Amino acid sequence: MLDAKIPAGPLEKKWEDYKSHVKLVNPANKRKLEIIVIGTGLAGASAAASLGELGYKVKAFCFQDSPRRAHSIAAQGGINAAKNYQNDGDSVFRLFYDTIKGGDYRAREANVYRLADVSRNIIDQCVAQGVPFAREYGGLLSNRSFGGTQVQRTFYAAGQTGQQLLIGAYQSLERQVALGNVKMYTRHEMLEVVMVDGKARGIIARDLVSGELERHFGHAVLLCSGGYGNVFYLSTNAMGSNVTAAWKAHKKGAAFGNPCFTQIHPTCIPVTGDHQSKLTLMSESLRNDGRIWVPKKQGETRRPGEIPEEERDYYLERRYPAFGNLVPRDVASRAAKERCDAGYGVGSSKQAVYLDYADAIQRYGKIEASKQGLANADAATIIKLGKDVVKEKYGNLFDMYEKITGENPYEVPMRIYPAVHYTMGGLWVDYELMTTIPGLYALGEANFSDHGANRLGASALMQGLADGYFVIPYTIGNYLADEIRVNAIPTDHPAFVEAENEVRSRIEKLMSIQGKHTVESMHKRLGKIMWDKCGMARNAQGLREAIEEIRALKKEFWTDIRIPGKINEFNPELDKAGRVADFIELGELMCLDALQREESCGGHFREEFQTEEGEALRQDDQFMYVAAWQMKGEHEWELHKEELRYDVVKPSARSYK
Amino acid sequence: MALTGIFLISFLLIHVALNACLFNDLSWFNEHDNGSMFNRAAHFMGNSLIIRILEFGLFAGFIVHIVQGYVVEARNRSRRSKGYQVSLGSRGSKWYSRSMALLGTLILLFLIVHVAHFWVPSRITHDLEEASYRNNTVQVHNLFLRMYEVFQQGWVVILYLLGVGSLTFHLFQGFHSAWRSLGVHNRKYLAMLQSLGYVFTVVVCVLFALMPLSMYFHWVNPYN
Amino acid sequence: MEHYNMKLTLKVWRQENKNTAGRFETYEVADISSEMSFLEMFDVLNDRLIEAGKDPIAFDHDCREGICGMCSMHINGRPHGPWHATTTCQLHMRAFKDGDTIVVEPWRANAFPVIKDLAVDRSSFDRIIQAGGFISVNTGNAQDGNALPIDKTSADASFAAASCIGCGACVAACKNASASLFTAAKVAHLALLPQGEPERKLRVLSMVDQMEKEGFGSCTFTGACEAVCPKEISVTNISMMHKEYLVAGLASEK
Repeated sequence: MLDAKIPAGPLEKKWEDYKSHVKLVNPANKRKLEIIVIGTGLAGASAAASLGELGYKVKAFCFQDSPRRAHSIAAQGGINAAKNYQNDGDSVFRLFYDTIKGGDYRAREANVYRLADVSRNIIDQCVAQGVPFAREYGGLLSNRSFGGTQVQRTFYAAGQTGQQLLIGAYQSLERQVALGNVKMYTRHEMLEVVMVDGKARGIIARDLVSGELERHFGHAVLLCSGGYGNVFYLSTNAMGSNVTAAWKAHKKGAAFGNPCFTQIHPTCIPVTGDHQSKLTLMSESLRNDGRIWVPKKQGETRRPGEIPEEERDYYLERRYPAFGNLVPRDVASRAAKERCDAGYGVGSSKQAVYLDYADAIQRYGKIEASKQGLANADAATIIKLGKDVVKEKYGNLFDMYEKITGENPYEVPMRIYPAVHYTMGGLWVDYELMTTIPGLYALGEANFSDHGANRLGASALMQGLADGYFVIPYTIGNYLADEIRVNAIPTDHPAFVEAENEVRSRIEKLMSIQGKHTVESMHKRLGKIMWDKCGMARNAQGLREAIEEIRALKKEFWTDIRIPGKINEFNPELDKAGRVADFIELGELMCLDALQREESCGGHFREEFQTEEGEALRQDDQFMYVAAWQMKGEHEWELHKEELRYDVVKPSARSYK
Repeated sequence: MALTGIFLISFLLIHVALNACLFNDLSWFNEHDNGSMFNRAAHFMGNSLIIRILEFGLFAGFIVHIVQGYVVEARNRSRRSKGYQVSLGSRGSKWYSRSMALLGTLILLFLIVHVAHFWVPSRITHDLEEASYRNNTVQVHNLFLRMYEVFQQGWVVILYLLGVGSLTFHLFQGFHSAWRSLGVHNRKYLAMLQSLGYVFTVVVCVLFALMPLSMYFHWVNPYN
Repeated sequence: MEHYNMKLTLKVWRQENKNTAGRFETYEVADISSEMSFLEMFDVLNDRLIEAGKDPIAFDHDCREGICGMCSMHINGRPHGPWHATTTCQLHMRAFKDGDTIVVEPWRANAFPVIKDLAVDRSSFDRIIQAGGFISVNTGNAQDGNALPIDKTSADASFAAASCIGCGACVAACKNASASLFTAAKVAHLALLPQGEPERKLRVLSMVDQMEKEGFGSCTFTGACEAVCPKEISVTNISMMHKEYLVAGLASEK
């Protein structure tokens, strides 16, 4: 079932050789070939633009009101590329190695090497498009280090790298729209893959304004629909981010890879109450200077400033004296959860820990005072000088925190808590990014590909653009070269009619239930199950319970959901209901995957599998594979395993000691 | 709009400079001048061929500015058929920057009265008294006397003050906006132009306002 | 920060679709926490409306962290509400106090027709970009990223203009419903970079023409757009666009 189609030959030659021998489609034939692209984030927009440039007839779809709004836009940190502009020893191999290791040895060597290789072209392409990356005074591109790597390879545009990269891709996409090579469908949602003779041949999409169902033919279909972090209800994803496109493909036979691999980011602004709709990320750089603590007393009610030093528990420094507050994301996240679950959480929800800058302000203030030659500066002067330094370094983050919470982080410690941020799992794809359905591709966060069990910072943007600009334009030709004799299939073909009927009856079913529960409340309940039992730490018993609870929730959803309004109108509640229905089914599969993976690796932490110090314990002899799930029926999946072979890198245990 | 606006601003400068000759009658300077300096300046303007040709340009400038102004206003208003229940008001912009058409209309009304008061008798009906200077070698219209007579009526003075007031706010916005419309985007120059605009507007408009006032209160008069 | 609960009166524009006339509806909303975001307050109201068997209020939103540009509410007369440099989704309820009345309207401009309630159609912005808001470089044609040094001042100014999120608050606030700030931000972003040079003239001419075709008004420099822009895009960009337009127009042979 699973053939990853990894080219033969030495690692660093695979992609080069592949490109040299891949089948090509001549320009006259490209004009006749139609490609459907779902989603217009970094992967989708770059793919649609590049394929349009090549001369294919492209139709691109997004559920937002403009392709520019896809959630890639929210990425703050940066994009990695092995340019070695800093002369600090970076190379394609190092980026490849760091990514494989960061992924805790659960990613394919060949894919990751290709990613590292094309990373350099991405920067060139984006600069040419006019992406305003940060620059040095000499006019050359600036880099910073990110995510604890030893080299400076991250390119950035202030805290808006994702936005600038997406706008670059969006502009290229709109150029192709203007040239007539791409037809853009905004406020459209894909609701089904149409299969003809075992190949993906089109989609059923719903116009979200009129509610009408539309049939669209394509010789190939590209899913660039992002990740599924919203299965947890609360995440740093956008409200509309969903798994629907990928899930429809999965239900039509596309295998889903490593669904349990989710990344949880330790420094987010915590939940304030049941009304909370989403979570906001604060850059990880805050941990460079801040100290994380909770009170030593359970259920503490005093304000943080009233808690004396000896009654504070700097738990990261206590547990990990070597790394302290700079332990990796997954460790920091789990430690915060452990403290809060034990009753030491702070804030009104008690689901938060303090990130305290008081010491940093003191420290910087003293350094600054001595720099300025103030030998006997009083305490107030030191604090003032220290605050100025902190403002210089972190001012924009502090402002953002204050806007959301109304608290002044220069005066009171910030409250932070981990939040779901990225999903490494996704549709299983081969080296060519094709899913197990011929003609159906998955790009960017929607596929499971390059990050293994854990993604490094500043690598998501890299992967989305690599797939869209530099991989799919080559690999799709290998499939389409054999399709040039296939004429466009008329959309009155029985397969289209049947698919549309399926979608229509599902929508009608949803609308006909008219029960008591709002979609939002059901989504919250799903999120709670997932967060509690398939979140930062998982165990077999919890996962089994979660599966039962999700199955019950699904029954309840399909018998007691209430959706207002009508089908044929702008009805966001109906759109959301369809998405939540898919999340519920996905949630079950995630738990199933987490249950079978009896090891801890990367973002997946099984409490039963940890070292004595509480570190993740991989079981390479049993679980060095990609878990690709094929749906067999309701609540039924078959597990296929793609064994991972490491010819170049030798897997070792991650250690922070 | 911007080009005609800047042209009209340059006209204002000449207009105010020449009219300021009447302040020569102030007791600080020469209260027995009885408008001679002013009248001779006006005579020069009225009899120089170049100035008479430029006058047509001026009228054209006014007409283009007015017509364009109304066209722009009408078109811009039509871009939002349904308005807001609660408007942004002065939270984002100055009232006068949003009221250029209204201020312009007030200025236009004032202008009609103004032209009827001085330009028509001097150019069309010629019903002004004559004054002669330099031992009767120069015969000129005594516009100074006409001004003095006109500005003895309180309502006229108030009308003129309102006209000048409208002009003040019209210029506060118009001066810098004209340069922006013409593409000045260097922040340093923009800041300089904005300051220059305020200074120019205040100086010009205060001088204009003082003219009817100084006549009404007899600070200058033709009978010393 | 002390938290409090409040009871509010909301006057919200309701409109079934673009072909029907709309009206204001008044809602009393109790138990709103000062910790909620403005959109979470709408979530709460909508949940209550659905439970009461009524139609919830449609509004656009997505990232809820102030970057996607989807949210668009005219709150008490100001696009994105009372806070400076803030999108609707970042606005929090502590901006209001118990007993307040809040009037919420959609962006109003003929070029932004209402889709439903508070959601409007901003596809005109996409068409302005299609007219020329890009650099024509096909994938794979790029030279090395460092082959073309760009002075930091220009790069930073370009970035500042490029931080536009395309929300349309500038149009909503402008008395002329002008899209000049949006268009100028894109013109400036690309005109300030050497990569944008080859298409510089054509770009500004086509984008401005498209802006007029879409039915946006013209700029009279009141500065309202800059005052409400959540990303603080400067109105000076519009002056720059005018210069670009004049230069391009004068040089044009057509």
